[in-house]
Amino acid sequence: MAERGRLAEGVRAYRLIAGMWIRSTMAYRASFAMTTFGSFAATFFDFVAIMLMFSRVDALGGWSLPEVAFLYGLSAVSFGLADLVIGSMDRLGRRLRDGTLDTLLVRPAPVLAQVAADRFALRRLGRVTQGSLVLGWALSRLDVDWTAGKLLLMPLTLLSGCAIFCAVFVAGAAFQFVAQDASEVQNAFTYGGTTLLQYPPTVFGKELVRGVTFVLPLAFVNWLPACYVLGRPYPLELPGWVVGAPPLVAVVCCAPAGLAWRAGLRSYRSTGS
Amino acid sequence: MGAGRLYATVALGGFRRYATYRAATAAGVFTNTVFGLILVYTYRALWDLKPHLGGYDQAQAITYVWLGQAFLSTLAISGGGVEDELMERIRTGDVAIDLYRPADLQLWWLAADLGRAFFQLLGRGVVPFVFGALVFPAYLPADAGRWAAFLVAVVLAMLVGFGLRYLVALSAFWLLDGTGMTQMTWLLGYFCSGMLLPLNVFPGALGTVVRALPWSSLLQAPADILLGHGDPLRTYLFQGAWAVVLLGAGRLLQSAATRRVVVQGG
Repeated sequence: MAERGRLAEGVRAYRLIAGMWIRSTMAYRASFAMTTFGSFAATFFDFVAIMLMFSRVDALGGWSLPEVAFLYGLSAVSFGLADLVIGSMDRLGRRLRDGTLDTLLVRPAPVLAQVAADRFALRRLGRVTQGSLVLGWALSRLDVDWTAGKLLLMPLTLLSGCAIFCAVFVAGAAFQFVAQDASEVQNAFTYGGTTLLQYPPTVFGKELVRGVTFVLPLAFVNWLPACYVLGRPYPLELPGWVVGAPPLVAVVCCAPAGLAWRAGLRSYRSTGS
Repeated sequence: MGAGRLYATVALGGFRRYATYRAATAAGVFTNTVFGLILVYTYRALWDLKPHLGGYDQAQAITYVWLGQAFLSTLAISGGGVEDELMERIRTGDVAIDLYRPADLQLWWLAADLGRAFFQLLGRGVVPFVFGALVFPAYLPADAGRWAAFLVAVVLAMLVGFGLRYLVALSAFWLLDGTGMTQMTWLLGYFCSGMLLPLNVFPGALGTVVRALPWSSLLQAPADILLGHGDPLRTYLFQGAWAVVLLGAGRLLQSAATRRVVVQGG
C-alpha cells in the first residue's frame, strides 16, 4: 500500500513538473517549433542516409529497404517514447557537479520523478512522429502473413522496447553518481543502441550480436520480434519461446536499473557548494 | 601584451580548460569508438556488395569511418563547441562584458575554439582512430607528405567549422533562445559533412550540391586528401574560400548586432 502511494505520488509530481516545463517552453514559440521540427529532422536524416545506401544496393545484410525500415521504425518509436518520458535524465551529471541535486532531495516528491521530468522536452515528440511514419510506410510495403499472435506482438514490442530503453536511461543516470563527468558514456548505449538497431543483425559480427542479445538485451527491442514477424532467421540459435519474451526482458532490465538508481542516490555526497 | 600573444593565451586557455575534464574525455573516446564500430559494420556490408562505391575501396571506407569519429568533437560537427557558451552569454547579457574588453569578439572566440579543437583532436580524436586502424583493415598512407597535407586541411576545416558556428551563435542576438537554431544547424551539418555517409557516395545532383556546401570542408576535404582522392591545392582553395566568406559574414553580422541590438539587462 505504501509502495502504491509512493508510485502515485511520483506520477503526480512528474505530471506537475512536466506541465510546468511545457508552459515554460511555450514562452519561446519560434524556438519550440524549430526544435520540434529539428527532432523530427534529426531522425529523418538518419533514414535518408539509409535510403541513400539503398540507392546504391538492393539489400543490406540480405534485408530489403522496407524490412530495414520496419526495424528502423520499431527502434525509433521505442527509443523516442523513452527519450520523451525520461530522456532528460542525462542532465543529472550537471546537477551533481553544481550541487543543485540537493534542491530536489529536500522536496517532498520522489527524486527519480523529479529528475526524469526535469526540463521535460515536448519537442521530442518529433522523433516519435518520424519513427511512426517510417513504421507505417514499412508496414504498407511489407507482405506480412499476419496472425493474431503477430498483431498482438506489435504494441507489446513497442512498449517493451520503450521500457528497455528507459532502464538504460535510469542505469546511465545511476552510473553518473559514480562517474560524474562521464555522462557521455550513456550516449553510447542510448543513441548508439538505437542506431545499432536500425540495421539488420546480419550486418554485425556474431560477438556483437551475442552481446546485444545476452548481456545488454537491446535485441529484444526490435531484432527478435522483427525476425519473427518477417519470418527471417536470427543469426543466433535461440529457443522459439523468446519471441514472446520482450515484456519479460523489459521487467528484468528495469529491476536492476531501479536498484542501481537507489544505490547511486544513497551514495550521493553533495559538493557542498 | 601584443595582440598575437593575447589570442595565443586565449587559445592555450581553451586547450587547458577542456584538458581538465579527463573523465569526460575518456567517456567521449568510448562513445566515439562505439559509434565507429556500428558504422564500420554497416559500411563493410555496403562495400562488400559494391567494392568501389564512391571511388573508395573497403579499407579506405574503414579509414573514413574512423576519421569521422575523430573529427566529430574536434570540429564540433554536432555541436559542443564554444558557441553554446557564447549564446548563453548573449542570452543572459554577459556578452556586454566581452564587448568592452580590449579584444575583438570574433578573434577571441576563434582563439578559444581553436584551443578546444586542438585538444579534442589529440584527446578525443587520436584514440578512436588508432583503435579503428588496429582492429580493422584500414587504409593508411605510408607517405609522410600526405599526412602533412592532411593536417593543413584539418586546420582549415577548424576555421570553416568555427565560421559556421559563430554565425549560429550570433543569431541569439535576435532570437534570444538559440536552441532551435543550433539544433537545425548541427543536423544539417551532420548530414552535409558526410558523417552518415561519405559525400562521394551521394547520388547525382544531391552529391554535387552537398560537395559544394561549406560542410564538405569539414570531414570530406581532409579525408579525400588522406585517402589520395583530392588535389591538396584545390582542396585548400575551396576550404579557404569558405573560411573567408563565413568569417567575413560573421564580422558583418557582429557589427550589425553590436550596433542595433540592445543587450539583455538584469
